[in-house]
Amino acid sequence: MIVHDLLNENGLDQFYDLSRHPGVKMPAPGRSGRWDYLDDPVVRGKLLDFDDGKLCRLRLHLPAIHCVACVWLLENLFRLNPGIGATKVNFPRREISLAFYSEKIALSGVVGLLASIGYEPRLTLGELEKKPQETLRRKYWLQLGIAGFGFGNIMLMSLPLYIGLDSFSGPMFRLIFGYLSLLLALPIVFYSASDYWRSAFLSFRQRRMTLDVPIAAGLAALYVQSAYEIVGRVGDGYLDSLAGLVFFLLCGRVFQFRAQERLSFDRDYKCFFPLSTTRLGSAGEESVSLSNLAVGDRLVVRNSELLPADCRLHAGDACIDYSFVTGESEPVSKAAGDYLYAGGQQRGGGITVEIVKPVSQSYLISLWDHEAFRKERHNTFNSLTNRFSRWFTRAVVLVALGVALYWIACGNTGRGLKAFTSVLIVACPCALALAAPFTLGTAHRALAAIQVFLRNVQVLERLAQVDTIVFDKTGTLTMADASEVSFIGFKAAGQNETDLTSREKGWVAGLARQSTHPHSSRIHRWMGIANPAAPVGRFAEIPGCGVEGCQDGVCVRLGSRQWLETQGIVIPEQTIPAGSVVYFAVDGVCRGVFVLANRLRPEARGMLSDLGRSYELALLSGDNARERERFRELFGDRAGLQFNQSPLDKLGFIKGLQDSGKVVMMVGDGLNDAGALRQSDVGVAVVENVGAFSPASDIIMDAGKVAGLTDVLRIARQSVKIIHLSFGLSIMYNVVGVTFAAAGVLSPLIAAILMPLSSVSVVAFACGMTNRAARPLRSFVTECP
Amino acid sequence: MSVIVILILASLSIAGTFLLGFVWAVRSGQYEDTETPSMRILMEPLRQQSESKIISKNNRLE
Repeated sequence: MIVHDLLNENGLDQFYDLSRHPGVKMPAPGRSGRWDYLDDPVVRGKLLDFDDGKLCRLRLHLPAIHCVACVWLLENLFRLNPGIGATKVNFPRREISLAFYSEKIALSGVVGLLASIGYEPRLTLGELEKKPQETLRRKYWLQLGIAGFGFGNIMLMSLPLYIGLDSFSGPMFRLIFGYLSLLLALPIVFYSASDYWRSAFLSFRQRRMTLDVPIAAGLAALYVQSAYEIVGRVGDGYLDSLAGLVFFLLCGRVFQFRAQERLSFDRDYKCFFPLSTTRLGSAGEESVSLSNLAVGDRLVVRNSELLPADCRLHAGDACIDYSFVTGESEPVSKAAGDYLYAGGQQRGGGITVEIVKPVSQSYLISLWDHEAFRKERHNTFNSLTNRFSRWFTRAVVLVALGVALYWIACGNTGRGLKAFTSVLIVACPCALALAAPFTLGTAHRALAAIQVFLRNVQVLERLAQVDTIVFDKTGTLTMADASEVSFIGFKAAGQNETDLTSREKGWVAGLARQSTHPHSSRIHRWMGIANPAAPVGRFAEIPGCGVEGCQDGVCVRLGSRQWLETQGIVIPEQTIPAGSVVYFAVDGVCRGVFVLANRLRPEARGMLSDLGRSYELALLSGDNARERERFRELFGDRAGLQFNQSPLDKLGFIKGLQDSGKVVMMVGDGLNDAGALRQSDVGVAVVENVGAFSPASDIIMDAGKVAGLTDVLRIARQSVKIIHLSFGLSIMYNVVGVTFAAAGVLSPLIAAILMPLSSVSVVAFACGMTNRAARPLRSFVTECP
Repeated sequence: MSVIVILILASLSIAGTFLLGFVWAVRSGQYEDTETPSMRILMEPLRQQSESKIISKNNRLE
């Protein structure tokens, strides 16, 4: 029933009717031929994962998937069309993998079918790129499984040796168990731990001291010493410790890896552009893929569609919204012949444009040629663990050598060698290597629960060092689509009322309803009159000026000051609050002015004053300086407020801060912030819909939860503290172990107890403390993702 | 006591089969999405329910 209700609610109940007649073609909504470009061999070839002429497979991203019912409906897709084979949904990634028979249904048909039942796939230029393979995750699981297998079985055979098997069974078992353990440890050393060997070798060659070096040294010492003891029949070896060490390390890695999947953090402009656009060809309108566009092509761009390339306006009233590209909140009106930049969004009726520059050379895309995008990001970043391990490794090597030399000097060479390997074994920084992944992984998960997604766990370490926070305005601190509207009436001759009469309200609503200009729709929404009584006659919309029409025999105008003045209307001088203004005139008399101010996110004020106490704040806006005073009050006197910033200016501003030694966090939303997000030490992309497009960043967070930034920063700082404490704890164990080892009396039993004990206690400490730190967040969670 | 050798070998081979099972499970992609299967388990009764509903609807129509 739940499914049925949900489908009903979403207007998908036609599914029930259709599944009685499998094979009935769905009427495609909207323009027919909208998906035809998908059958273009080039596009098709790039989208399909597999094609043998009959059966095709592809994966599509369907952002609309949100519940069990969606999974069910999509996995029953084959009932709607006989040409569709098995479908499988990957819920966490909102992805569907689908097989279809190309003889029975074309790719355009499949996509059209999905779109008609409400699951329009996201088809952007970025989808054409090679999709990431799953091999890494499979490898991690396999390595962990094999290590676990070896660990369990070696433990099984080591235990009898510890409790003294010899007394009743003779040396045969010791021999058999030893060789079996040696055999079982082989895949652990050579397969499960292979990444540690490789990484240690790499850092050795680059002369960097990562934690993998002492780990690899410890592993080598463990295996060689054990093999020597077992083959030479002088002891039982430390293979159980070796297996346990690798197993715990891999557990930490899988834990960390699981925390950081799901979202794509490396999106560029390609994911912003659609795959197709409408071209005006000789045979009328046709859908073409973006890659097939050429300079000189005429395109039709409808309301809320994107300009895919730099072009020149050919016909129609263009009102281009560049908010995502430049951060300007006001749409700009353009006349025929004007130059339009790619990335702008048309508001209003359809326009015809002519392409001036190829898609790949447009203004927006040139931003991605900036050096900030070319260099590999933060590869020089020195993680906490790596800094720590540098002196740790040196200390271990020094102690091991010192102890060995001491015993050799005392004339006991055998003991010296044993002490040397024992120190390497016991100092193997297993617990140390686990502290950071588990702390950061736990924090990462806690944050994901409040819709804050981190690119990887290292972001937390960098977050803890941030001292300057730079905000973008439009879409980040203010809401993209909502505005506060207020009306200020003018006192004119013969009128006492400054407020609008209900008749006037009806006129304004009626007039505003006729236009798709954002100002009109905001005013209309604010008036709250859905169906005004008076019909509008002689309606005219003058682009860049305003709208006029006749209602109840009077001429009503809504528009800019300049326009009304050229119409001979006198506008009284009066101070008007900051914001965009729309004047309202009735029969040549100005009645007042509507002031549209960007609405601040309700929680922004509190957050800014909280953050202002401990961080340096700054504002970067692509918008004009009209609201400077308002933000000055919010940000305080010290903050830098920059307006009219181009994307490159923003990038430069961040770089300037960094050059003066600041660690900068940038919070932004649009493509216009992409450069700044990239350049900053921590880039936070604020999105209305997690999973929708966001520029490349380190953190993606839900726009409604911007206030959570304070919590995010607090948790990051606490996590780093917890890691330091965990390091201390693990060092304590190491000191105890090394004391035994230096004396040359490290028995396998002590090693077998000490190593898992230190690992488990450090992991428990790290996870427990981090969960405690993150507990206040839970009250914050209002809905499950 | 030498029977232990046989037991050890038996236990190792059983553990080995489980390991092979695990390797197969990972290779066949079962570890790639651990969330959707938990939703799919809820679906079987729903599917039957809707089918029976469709049938009853058909019956009504006839």
